[in-house]
Amino acid sequence: MTSVFSNVQTAPSIEVFALTEQFKKDSNPNKVNLTVGAYRTEECKPWVLPVVKTVEAQLAADDTLDKEYLPVTGLPDFCASAVAVCFGEGHPVLLSQRADGIQALGGTGALRLGYDFLRCILGRDTIYVSKPTWGNHKGIAQQCGYPNVREYRYWLASGRCLDEQGMLEDLTAAPEGSVIVLHGVAHNPTGCDPTPEQWEKILAVIKQRNLFPLIDLAYQGFASGDLDRDGRVPRLFADHNMEFFVAQSFSKNFGLYNERVGNLAIVTQSAEITGRVKSQVRNIIRKTWSNPPSHGARVVATVLRNPALAAEWRENIKRMAERIHITDQIGMFSYTGLSAAQAEYLRTNYAIYIMSDGRINMSGLTSKTVDRVAQAMHEAVTKCSA
Amino acid sequence: MNSLVQTNAYSLLKACRIMPLASRTKAHWASVEMGPPDPILGVTEAFKRDKNPKKMNLGVGAYRDDTGKPFVLPSVRKAEEQLMAQKLDKEYAGIVGLSEFTKAAVELALGSANPILSEGRNASAQSISGTGALRIGAAFFAKFYPSKTVWFPKPTWGNHNPVFGHAGMSVKQYRYYDPATCGFDAAGCLDDVSKIPEGDVILLHACAHNPTGVDPRQEQWRELCDVIKRRKLYPFFDMAYQGFASGCVDTDAWAVRHFLSEGLPAALCQSFAKNMGLYGERVGAFSIFCDSQEERDRVLSQMKILIRPMYSNPPVHGARIAAAVLTQPELRQAWLSDVKGMADRIIGMRTQLTELLAKEGSKKNWQHIIDQIGMFCFTGLKPEQVERLIKEFSIYLTKDGRISVAGISSNNVAYLAHAIHQVTK
Repeated sequence: MTSVFSNVQTAPSIEVFALTEQFKKDSNPNKVNLTVGAYRTEECKPWVLPVVKTVEAQLAADDTLDKEYLPVTGLPDFCASAVAVCFGEGHPVLLSQRADGIQALGGTGALRLGYDFLRCILGRDTIYVSKPTWGNHKGIAQQCGYPNVREYRYWLASGRCLDEQGMLEDLTAAPEGSVIVLHGVAHNPTGCDPTPEQWEKILAVIKQRNLFPLIDLAYQGFASGDLDRDGRVPRLFADHNMEFFVAQSFSKNFGLYNERVGNLAIVTQSAEITGRVKSQVRNIIRKTWSNPPSHGARVVATVLRNPALAAEWRENIKRMAERIHITDQIGMFSYTGLSAAQAEYLRTNYAIYIMSDGRINMSGLTSKTVDRVAQAMHEAVTKCSA
Repeated sequence: MNSLVQTNAYSLLKACRIMPLASRTKAHWASVEMGPPDPILGVTEAFKRDKNPKKMNLGVGAYRDDTGKPFVLPSVRKAEEQLMAQKLDKEYAGIVGLSEFTKAAVELALGSANPILSEGRNASAQSISGTGALRIGAAFFAKFYPSKTVWFPKPTWGNHNPVFGHAGMSVKQYRYYDPATCGFDAAGCLDDVSKIPEGDVILLHACAHNPTGVDPRQEQWRELCDVIKRRKLYPFFDMAYQGFASGCVDTDAWAVRHFLSEGLPAALCQSFAKNMGLYGERVGAFSIFCDSQEERDRVLSQMKILIRPMYSNPPVHGARIAAAVLTQPELRQAWLSDVKGMADRIIGMRTQLTELLAKEGSKKNWQHIIDQIGMFCFTGLKPEQVERLIKEFSIYLTKDGRISVAGISSNNVAYLAHAIHQVTK
């Protein structure tokens, strides 16, 4: 009897995981992994933030805590704290309750909820992502059934900077009501962000064309070491009375990658409307994961609600941001401009692993490896044609 | 930079400030209705508002100890303490999660001697508890399985329909519960299942059916298995109560193991919310048992494609606890004893309730309270009787007459028996 799954093809492997698998199996003692987006110390080790360790010990010792289900939309203290981090304590959009938060499974989960709501409840059929962008931005759109998944120009390879004209033109030409996925800070993969002046222009077009902004904020604090600086974009949109979503991740800035801590911030014209939107997202959550995991949210909420711990957290963030030295580009990633062939060259000849689009994880570099990597990259570019 | 674009952008910005916000953004939200209220949440809210000191919440879907409190299993606490000392990192788990967890979870379900495991034929992914497992499964079947129809027992857990519907499957029902006996409608079930179109998917509650508490007996499972085999239906098991139902993990997994031993393919959703009390940590697993390792590899690769755009990779805290509990002999023994303790308390409450109803002088047949199994019990109470329980006695349950036995304790079981007798005599 033929199996019912005989027509199931092997799916293409997801590059970042496939490369990490390959890296693990590589026996070269000088191997370097610059692919996956996780912070590394100078010793190239993962780093659990000291403030996280403190709080986890506290939670483990607390016998009054149980393991009951969280509300569907998450731990209320977490959601309130998360939106406060996004917009800054006391922002009018928080006081008026036009903004509210919904706990999600990491930044991905927040994006998924946002995409799902916009597609299923608002009926949006067109979504724009930057060219290039994080691979999963398109993947989520496809899963949610968006008929039109398009790109807006973003990276100007020749100038190694933002393609301002291209971006504004593409947004201006976008059909009204299109969803626009924006990177709030530390653009992944290029590391190149619009300037404040450029953001004003982008916002103006979005407003004029009545496009719906969905801001992916995965690196707040992590990019520059300063939460307020990195939170400028959502605050700008809020100040302009825009209606928008923010998909926040606490994976990087809290180093809580595997606990899946995220928040979908909803900002609408009124508290009443936000309430209705939240109730519909709640419905979507019930059909997806029912209710979110409590551990990570408890850690984050505990830190954010305690002034001393929150201060310690801000110090931890500064430490991480300082280690990642960047020039113009900002945050964890850098777009080297290397081609797929050159990336292959690096891997084969030097056991240096970078993404095939040329993206490297800056924190994967240490003072011991940076020279070798630089030299190898130079050789790759010289000897191997793009 | 194009100065024309720049000029246009600035004029646009100026124009925006003049236009009133309301008129242009009304279009975004006008059609967004308030989401439907949650019926079970409604019961809990009403319960909270009630000032009667004798009030009882029989809508709760989580285990309570004999003092009515949430229960963190001692074996789980111990495992958590151990894990703290290990100072593990917070690196991303892979898309399909902690392998030591999924391996142990599937072994628990199938028994460690099952050849499927040694042959590497299970495509298994850590999931966001039971709901997450159902969601992955529903998405996978909607995308790859030839038939897009799934059959549920009537009734079934309230969230089955939304989850499968959202994933794109269409849903039908087969007879299951017999309100006349408050038991299993064996004839009706077999009749309906024998008429299901060949190749359709059939969802089965592995043990402790939710919401009725009615499970088929072993010989009834055998008959059902034969029909499913004949109709070439695809068995999709939802196992949310392994160990929690009878107190014995092997007994509770009997149906799943029987179907597999009969050579049937199967999908399995596992939850560790109840049996390990890990509700809020969201610990579960989804598996498809394949014909070969080669098929397993293909199927697993496609599962990853479905999971990544949902939440990328699962949370590890709860899975690490579960893995430690399942793989360390001392912790496992302690856990088996903890879970038996919970099951025994529930079974004890069922027995006591039935005995006390008789003591109250009730002439009705309450045998089904003892025959049913797991967290829930379909009492057979009618809506107007439920209404009276709520209004006159402050005993809260859902209109379908379902009670959560976990909400009963030794200090209120007599009150409950009394109240039920009053509304049914």
